[in-house]
Amino acid sequence: MIELSGVHKRFGDNPVLQGVNLSIASGTSMVIIGGSGTGKSVLLKCILGLIRPDRGTIMLDGRDVTAQSMSGRDRDAFLARFGMLFQGGALFDSLKVWENVAFRLLRGEAALPKAEARALAIEKLRRVGLKPEVADLFPAELSGGMQKRVGLARAIAASPDIIFFDEPTTGLDPIMAGVINDLIREIVVEMGATAMTITHDMSSVRAIADTVAMLHGGVIRWTGPVSEMDETTDPYVQQFIHGRAEGPIESVR
Amino acid sequence: MTAVLGALGRPVLMAIAALGRVALFAGAVLGHILRPPFYLRELGTAILQIGWYSLPVVGLTAIFTGGALALQIYAGGARFNAESVVPSIVAIGMTRELGPVLGGLMVAARVASSIAAEIGTMKVTEQIDALVTLSTNPLKYLAVPRVIAATLSMPVLVAVGDAIGIMGGWLVGTTRLDFNSAAYLKNTTDFLEVWDVGSGLVKGAVFGFIVALMGCYHGMNSARGAQGVGRATKSAVVSASVLILAANYVLTEVFFTT
Repeated sequence: MIELSGVHKRFGDNPVLQGVNLSIASGTSMVIIGGSGTGKSVLLKCILGLIRPDRGTIMLDGRDVTAQSMSGRDRDAFLARFGMLFQGGALFDSLKVWENVAFRLLRGEAALPKAEARALAIEKLRRVGLKPEVADLFPAELSGGMQKRVGLARAIAASPDIIFFDEPTTGLDPIMAGVINDLIREIVVEMGATAMTITHDMSSVRAIADTVAMLHGGVIRWTGPVSEMDETTDPYVQQFIHGRAEGPIESVR
Repeated sequence: MTAVLGALGRPVLMAIAALGRVALFAGAVLGHILRPPFYLRELGTAILQIGWYSLPVVGLTAIFTGGALALQIYAGGARFNAESVVPSIVAIGMTRELGPVLGGLMVAARVASSIAAEIGTMKVTEQIDALVTLSTNPLKYLAVPRVIAATLSMPVLVAVGDAIGIMGGWLVGTTRLDFNSAAYLKNTTDFLEVWDVGSGLVKGAVFGFIVALMGCYHGMNSARGAQGVGRATKSAVVSASVLILAANYVLTEVFFTT
């Protein structure tokens, strides 16, 4: 269970988050929608402690995990529970594909022997639909869709119980986007993980989400099960899911 | 009036703030050096990249500098019939000053820029954030190996540069200035003291630390986009060069006065 209450974050004169309240039940898939620049990424990075919120608390299974309130060791244990797929993949380009996937497995106190880590990496690569030959290539030699898959394999390599997806389909063609969406759904269900995805791609929302939350104006505007999303009368949600230029959301941002 | 004072005060305050941030960054890096985990593979790669591949640049710089130095000292010495000082002054000049300083500046141009560009690009493409989510401290994984590698490699580069620089002086001295080869070498070894070389090596270690620290600092604080990485690279080279020259003055003052 991840619970955010009153999370605020401001960059200079720009108040990005203005009191976000949100809870994500364990084992469910939450998708956060919202326009570009509404602070979706900032929200995700606040939970991971990559960005420190100005105010508010973030609780994980009843423990305060706001970045400021954790010691180094606690933070390591906290991060070990997470996997994250970054928007651009964020693969380390100096390392081979399998070394990227096995990055966490090769380091730290519970580090695996190299051969074992490599075998596990290849198994994860197969899980996301990549052949074992890809393992010895460098990330720059892969297409965008393959990089996304490698990023996904890296995110799930250490069997995390919480996975974050930052715009998983951005920059992919519609077919590849569909493939990645299905893959995310399958993996999340099969691992029983808690998932949090941020996106503005409505096909991702319908494929991945159990619950949906819409971030607008620095607060959660609407939240509910994906099945109720189409019926809601909230004008912001309606404008967003139908992609209308007219409505309460200003089109110039 | 207040506008003038403001215009004067603002850059001063900004410079002091930047100095403070660099000092905090240096402290954080030093704090991580002795604490595990240690990334030995990254250290090996960094020594290869920073030390080994800088040898050609440092060697070429040294040989031409040594040669030019011999010509200048010969011409200057001729004004008061002291041409015979060429070997010893070339040796002292190379080992105390020009070896470490020019070597340091060349390595700053080569290494500070590449470190800043690499780490800056990693920052811009979220690779630094990815490291954190994979329970790896970016300072420990990226900065510490590079800082250790540069601090250890630079004295070796300076020693090689010293030797090649003295050889450059000897080449010019024996082929262009009618020195006898044996006499040139004897004159060099007779007047050169251990501390002439040792002080240069200590300078080298300090300059190496500065180069890697500036590369990492500016890379990690890179702004977004290609322009941000470009600016980080430029700032790394400029600040490393200026700090090397400033540190050189301070070290010379400490080593050779009183």
